Amino acid sequence: MARMATETRAILYGFWLSSCSWRVRAALHLKDISYVERSVDIVNKRSQLTDEYRVINPSQKVPALIIDGATIIESMAILQYLEDTRPKPSLMPRTPILRARMREICETVVSGIQPLQNVGLLSHFDSTDQYKNFTKYWTERGLYSLEDLLQKSSGQFCIENQLSMADLCLVPQLYNAVTRHKLSLDKFPTISKVYETLLEEKTFSETHPENIKQKDM
Amino acid sequence: MGDIIEEKPVLYSYWRSSCSWRVRIALNLKEIPYDIKAVSLIKGGGEQHCNEYREVNPMEQVPSLVIDGHTFVESLSIMHYLEETRPQRALMPQDCYKRAKVREICEVISSGIQPLQNLIVLIYVGEDKKKEWAQHWIMRGFRAVEKLLSSCAGKYCVGDEITLADCCLVPQVFNARRFHVDLRPFPIILRIDRELENHPAFRAAHPSAQPDCPPEVAK
Repeated sequence: MARMATETRAILYGFWLSSCSWRVRAALHLKDISYVERSVDIVNKRSQLTDEYRVINPSQKVPALIIDGATIIESMAILQYLEDTRPKPSLMPRTPILRARMREICETVVSGIQPLQNVGLLSHFDSTDQYKNFTKYWTERGLYSLEDLLQKSSGQFCIENQLSMADLCLVPQLYNAVTRHKLSLDKFPTISKVYETLLEEKTFSETHPENIKQKDM
Repeated sequence: MGDIIEEKPVLYSYWRSSCSWRVRIALNLKEIPYDIKAVSLIKGGGEQHCNEYREVNPMEQVPSLVIDGHTFVESLSIMHYLEETRPQRALMPQDCYKRAKVREICEVISSGIQPLQNLIVLIYVGEDKKKEWAQHWIMRGFRAVEKLLSSCAGKYCVGDEITLADCCLVPQVFNARRFHVDLRPFPIILRIDRELENHPAFRAAHPSAQPDCPPEVAK
């Protein structure tokens, strides 16, 4: 009798260019959680807007993670769910104050920068140039905030010398800043230094968009 | 043994800032007494840009909370810090899946809606376009929230206990009304908002009850 193959691995709905997807991909990698990625083309095909995908994520965005028989959306909710259910290796510092510093950095990225440079904003502008000016402006503004925060909290990584959710949020956003928005990090020495260190980490090199793009092709 | 005098927490807040409001609700729900230092986002181009406030928060935003000898920024981070250090009157469920549901709603609001209808962004978008722009992003976000609530809401956003999701929802509903968003497509959101309207912690945190609320608005 033929058996239906059921996917027991986690399923990540993401896109190679999506910074939010990269955060989750890096967390899954770090925590050594077995998963398969299904590509949702948010740029050209706009597959996030289909009825089919809306059932998975009513927000019509990536990422969405199917894990433990449930669907979770919003990268910060996913990251913290992974931390709650698979606490080792930990992505959070030990003390409440350091965790607050971590979340300040995360929220500065996820609500202070990312939504204001999202590719989904393009159709709301009269021209591509207007869209580019908007997204570049808000990204740079956010980088000033991050530089302030990192000056107080960083060591090797965002929070002292332990890799945390703050780093998972920082790297994808800086990749966007440098590649899409053509911003120089010269004005942000602390950010630059931490970013260079993080890019050497296996977690980021193995989950890097350039690697995922290859797999999509 | 010496006496430890605990300084009362200080919240830098603007009466109508939804992010400040979230934190006011959480502090009230946890029965943490605090002082408010009002920061006008309007007066003189915005008091958040003045040197005195920049020393509190170089990012020139509200809210900031000074507590336990430290200054904290970012409303969701502040609320999680309060939850971790003052676990009485818990604002997060124990169950991991329900915690994820709370955070989904918080994030859809705090990253999917609020930043796009924030005062400074609307100034950038311009007077002509700002109402339509704000309405679009609020409606889009509320469609997602309503869908999420359809499977996790009980009396409140997630089950029958008040959580951080409710702290984020109520201020966003107020903003939706300010921008004349038609809320009829969102019956669950409306029901929860109505339920919480008369809760003492929410009433005390309401913009109209704030020390910097203009007298013509306060009732």
